[in-house]
Parts: sequence; structure tokens; C-alpha cells
Amino acid sequence: MNNSKQTTKEEMNQIELVIGKILRIGVIISATIMMIGLLIFILTGKSGYSGNYHPSSFKEIFTGVTQLKSYAIMMVGIFCLILTPVLRVIVSIYSFYKEHDMLYVYITTFVLLVLIFSFFLGQ
Amino acid sequence: MIGTVLLMIVIGIFAGIAGAILGLGGGIIVTPILTLACNLDIKYAIGASVVVVIATSSGSTIAYLKDEVLNLRVAMFLEIATTIGAVSGALLTGILKPQYLYILFGLLLLFSSFNMIRKLLNKNSSNLSHKNDPLAEKLRLNSSYYDKAENKKIDYQVENIPGGLSVMFGAGLASGLLGIGSGAFKVIAMDTFMKMPLKPSSATSNLMMGVTAAASATVYFFNGSILPYIAVPLALGILVGATLGSRIMQRLPARWIRICFVPVLFYIGLNMLIKGF
Repeated sequence: MNNSKQTTKEEMNQIELVIGKILRIGVIISATIMMIGLLIFILTGKSGYSGNYHPSSFKEIFTGVTQLKSYAIMMVGIFCLILTPVLRVIVSIYSFYKEHDMLYVYITTFVLLVLIFSFFLGQ
Repeated sequence: MIGTVLLMIVIGIFAGIAGAILGLGGGIIVTPILTLACNLDIKYAIGASVVVVIATSSGSTIAYLKDEVLNLRVAMFLEIATTIGAVSGALLTGILKPQYLYILFGLLLLFSSFNMIRKLLNKNSSNLSHKNDPLAEKLRLNSSYYDKAENKKIDYQVENIPGGLSVMFGAGLASGLLGIGSGAFKVIAMDTFMKMPLKPSSATSNLMMGVTAAASATVYFFNGSILPYIAVPLALGILVGATLGSRIMQRLPARWIRICFVPVLFYIGLNMLIKGF
């Protein structure tokens, strides 16, 4: 209980600003990748795949990206966007750790584990 | 295909603006447009909507974090319930018939419009808790925030955590099933059940929506429900729209926007219900 009070308000503000910045970078990176994919798609008019097919496994997406297929790049952008909330959870674990709030380090780690579990479940 | 892309960007911008002004995740706006107006299979509409929810949440939480309104402890503690709910919901969509999804979605829209009416009717009622809940104390959920409108720091206490947790599980389940953020449920769990003030409730709900959606998004991603030519332009449009919307919001009286929006929400809800039966 007393441990959390040792962290000053300024330190917390600092941590919150860092979290904000990391999130913004995450959003910018994923938006940029999505835009590159979309531009290639519009300019070439090709998805890189036949019909309405789109890649949805890591392997297909990876090989698609190396061949600069627009759908594959777009899927990478979406995947990065999906990771931004996960990134937020990871940064929160760090900020609770900085506050010496071990109870919330455990709680937030559990949330991260559920997210990782859902990841493998999906595959 | 290019036409679809442009249309999706426009829908995204519109949903982003409307979502930011009304305090709804973009999902509840995008799914009916995609299914009713664009005739897209509800499975793909839901996949796109999950991506939209994440874009809305990640975009707007940046602003809230600086405002220090949101309660990170409440968010992460309740995320235990919403993420588990979301994973179960996403898995259930593979089993559930699409018509049930339409019915569920229709009911949810009707519920949201009633909820908006409720908010319009008692806008000044404050029912803050002054109870010392031992569980809240143990979990250190009580906090304070700075209210810009009232120009003062407001301390608040949290109660009825089991009640909040169960509503949150339901919110997670709905968001996994329907690809929405279920912000309305989340705000109700916090402000009605746990007696948190409205501003930290909605800020916290916004952060939670993204994390909850991420829990079901990978399931949709790998099972092929996320169509790139739909989801990408939508997400980009949403990012632009949400930024515009949060600026417009500061100039417009939210009350009047809500009054105009309630019948629209109600109408769409009925349409979804009809499509389900």
C-alpha cells in the first residue's frame, strides 16, 4: 500500500507521456504500412492473388511481402494495428513495475497471457 | 475494387467522426453500414469492425492518457474479464448461425439507443459512492481525476466489483461475437455498477475497447475474416475521422447530436433485427 505512494506524481506523468508516445509510434507505423499496401493496390490494380483470395497465415503473408504483393503488405499493416493494444498492455506492466505495484504487474501480465493465448488459438 | 476502397475510406471517416462525437466505438456504426448498405457477409463485416475498434481506441487513448482521466488499474483489472469473454465470443462465431448475430446486433443497437435516451434524461445526476469497499481498497481501484469543466480535482471510490466484473464478461463476449467495442456496456459496468464518475468511465472504457478487441482480432485475422481491401481503407479513414471528430466535438453541443442520433440508431437496430428473422 505504501509503496505506491513513493512514486511521485511527476514520475507517473513521465511514464504516462512515454506510454502515449510509444502508442503514437505504433499507430503511425501500422498506418504507414497499410497506406503503402493500399497505394500499391490502387496503382497496380493487383492484389497479388487470384480472385478474392487474401493471405491469412504468417507464411503466406511473409512470402507475399517479399514479392511485394499489395494484399500481403496490407495484412502486415492490419497485424501491426492489432498489436498496438498489446503493446499498451506490455508498457502498462512496465509502468506498474516502476510503481512497485506487484499486484498489478501480475494482473496485467495475466491479461497479456490471455492475449497471447488468443493469438495461438487463432492460428 | 478501387471504388470499394474509396467508399470504405469515406465510411471510415464518417464513422470516425460520428464515433468520436458520440463516444461510441466505430464498430457499432460500421457493421450495420457494411451489412445493410453494402450487402457484405456479416462474418467479414465483423472482421472489419474489430480492426475499426482497435483504430478508434488506439487513436483516442493517446489524448486520454495525457488528461490523466483514465484509471489504468480499473482498466487492467476488468480486462481479465473482458479478454476471456472476447476470446470465447470469437470462437463462438464459428459455431453460431449468422442470423443470430443479426438479432444480437439489432438488440444491442436498440439497447444503445435506450441507453442514450437514459443519459439524455438524467444528465446531471451524480451518484458517486462514499462507501469504503474493502475489495476496491485491496485492489487500489479508488482514484481521482481533474475535471476541466468544473475546474477541480474529484476523488472517487469504486464499489460492487463482482457486479462490474460480470457485466464486463458480457461486454467482452458481445465484442468477441460482434466485433464491436461494446463501449456502452463497459461504461454501464463502471458508472452504474461500480459508481465511477462518467468521465473516467468513458476514458477507461475507450482504452479497454482496444485491448478487448485485440483478444478476438487475432482469431479473426487467422481465420480469414479480415478482408484487406475492406479493413485497410476503413481503418485509415477511421484514424483521420476520429482526429477530426475529436476537434469538432469541442465546438458542438453533444446533447443535440445525441438527440439526432437516437432515432437513427433505433432504426438501424430494427432493420438488423428484421434481417435476423
